[in-house]
Amino acid sequence: MTDKTTRQPIAVLVTDEDKAKLEKRDDKRALRRFLRNRPAVIALGVLLIIILLTIGAPLIERYRYDAIDLRARASPPNELHWLGTDGVGRDVWSRLLNGGQVSLVVGFGATLIATLIGTVLGALSGYYRGWVDMVIMRITDVFMTFPSIIIMLTLAAMLPRTVWTIVFIIGGLSWTGTARIVRSQVMSIREQEYILACRALGYTDGRIITVHILPNVFGSLVALVTFAIGSAILTEAGLSFLGLGVPPPTPSWGNMLETARNLDILRNLPWMWIPPAIMLVITVLSVNFIGDGVRDAVDPRMVI
Amino acid sequence: MQKYIFRRLLIGIPVFLSITIIIFGLIEIAPGDITDYFIRPELNMTNEAEEAIRARFGLDQPVTVRYVNWLVNVLRGDLGFRYTNGQPVAATIGQRLSATVLLAGTALIVGSVIGVALGVFTALRQYSVWDFLLTSVSFLGISIPSFVAGIIVLYIFAIKLGWFPSGGMRPVDRDPTLLTTIQYLVLPTFVLSLAPIANFMRYTRFAMLEVIRADYVRTARGKGMPENRITWRHGFPNALLPVITLFGLSLPALVVGAVFTETIFSWPGMGTLYLEAVNGRDVPLLMGMNLVIALVVLVANLVTDLAYAVADPRIRYD
Repeated sequence: MTDKTTRQPIAVLVTDEDKAKLEKRDDKRALRRFLRNRPAVIALGVLLIIILLTIGAPLIERYRYDAIDLRARASPPNELHWLGTDGVGRDVWSRLLNGGQVSLVVGFGATLIATLIGTVLGALSGYYRGWVDMVIMRITDVFMTFPSIIIMLTLAAMLPRTVWTIVFIIGGLSWTGTARIVRSQVMSIREQEYILACRALGYTDGRIITVHILPNVFGSLVALVTFAIGSAILTEAGLSFLGLGVPPPTPSWGNMLETARNLDILRNLPWMWIPPAIMLVITVLSVNFIGDGVRDAVDPRMVI
Repeated sequence: MQKYIFRRLLIGIPVFLSITIIIFGLIEIAPGDITDYFIRPELNMTNEAEEAIRARFGLDQPVTVRYVNWLVNVLRGDLGFRYTNGQPVAATIGQRLSATVLLAGTALIVGSVIGVALGVFTALRQYSVWDFLLTSVSFLGISIPSFVAGIIVLYIFAIKLGWFPSGGMRPVDRDPTLLTTIQYLVLPTFVLSLAPIANFMRYTRFAMLEVIRADYVRTARGKGMPENRITWRHGFPNALLPVITLFGLSLPALVVGAVFTETIFSWPGMGTLYLEAVNGRDVPLLMGMNLVIALVVLVANLVTDLAYAVADPRIRYD
């Protein structure tokens, strides 16, 4: 009745070692594809220079960012103040470097928070499905329909304003895209046979999700995370531009740009607002180019 | 079809209710309440007197009761009165809404028409110099935020060249005519339409490239149909279908862009009103505007979905 051949254990075609090798080769291939993308590599270089400049601000700056020199108010660029000074005589070059720190801290911090929230919600939603999925996805829908910057403006008006509140506000409201992608990935991975094997071995759900599913999801998140950093930097700059972001005297590119809302400064004192505008555009362009490169390298067929 | 519309409307109700909860909750978690706004510290109010005022306005009731009261008022169309000057919120919003609709509507029309045209143009010349150039420019258009673009446009075209007024909606010394309205509209519309142009172009280009490779286009070509007719009769209408959804999708971004553009060009619309409300901690106005914005976005999504269903007979309604 029992046939000998069918009772043999299923042949292991791909060992773990092979799999690891394959994955490594895949990673290498993605890296090579990324390095072939010239705009992305140049952008990565530019972004590294900007990061180094802002981190090294204490070494490069010649004045402290909040040092007021009332004798040199609104002075145009000269050999003492390379990019001139602002309305109360603070050095624009120093504020530009330190403002970059704020932008980058907000960009990376907010993205980290958003990715954490999005991953947790997406994983729960995709793994448990059913009513958990229903509830989480409806919440996501609501946050997606409502322009999140409007909620941010309301929150920024109500809460005490510090750099960290801004990080939490932006991070806490930008997780929807991540949640959706993680959910769809987890949904397809959880149907695979090795997950069934994990369950048969009696692993807990938490272990299956964190050790066996999520590591396979992160690849598809890299591009999204890169774009998210750019958009968080822009959101902070936008809030600060409206006077609702990082409060002075802490500089940020956004609140430096805010000075341009004054027509007199816009017309006559361009050195106060052109540098932060340029830095902001260069940074965000770099991040987006890198994001494009990463997306093409990881998954060439992916759109948007 | 009727069933589909009905169901789509029904789905909107819980979404709307959740949004009202968010709007109410946002104000609820903020520290302080109305008494902090109206009672000056130098009045030396006793705690009992403050409690009496809270009781009079129903602020001592539990959150749920206050939420339901507020919701009932909202559904009756009563949005309350502004803190800063006591005017009715609904009327204030009504006054400012038309200016924003004019600005954002023009920007969306201009943006979609130019964007779709450029999208088709580049798709038909894939990998050409034009394609490369316009795709790069659209990448810039997506990356440059509206407030940076707005400042640069204002600086160049209003201040340095003096071609257009630097802000406002109508001249101070004359009555507005169609010509002056257009003059004042040009710069803010241009800034606000940059993002839609870029988005519509990328979307259309992608959709068009997809359609051109479809089997039925190859069949048409095989039958010897002229290239022009293939593009406009078989390619374009099908490529346009997914683009319809972009109208609904671009609305939240348009609202946000309007806040910045109106601020830069002193346009007396919802965006500048919103900042007034935020800066003055004008809670009733904030809640009212949040509600109106949410409603507009919801309705736009609904209309988009329905338009898509009408335009594409392949979509099943059940």
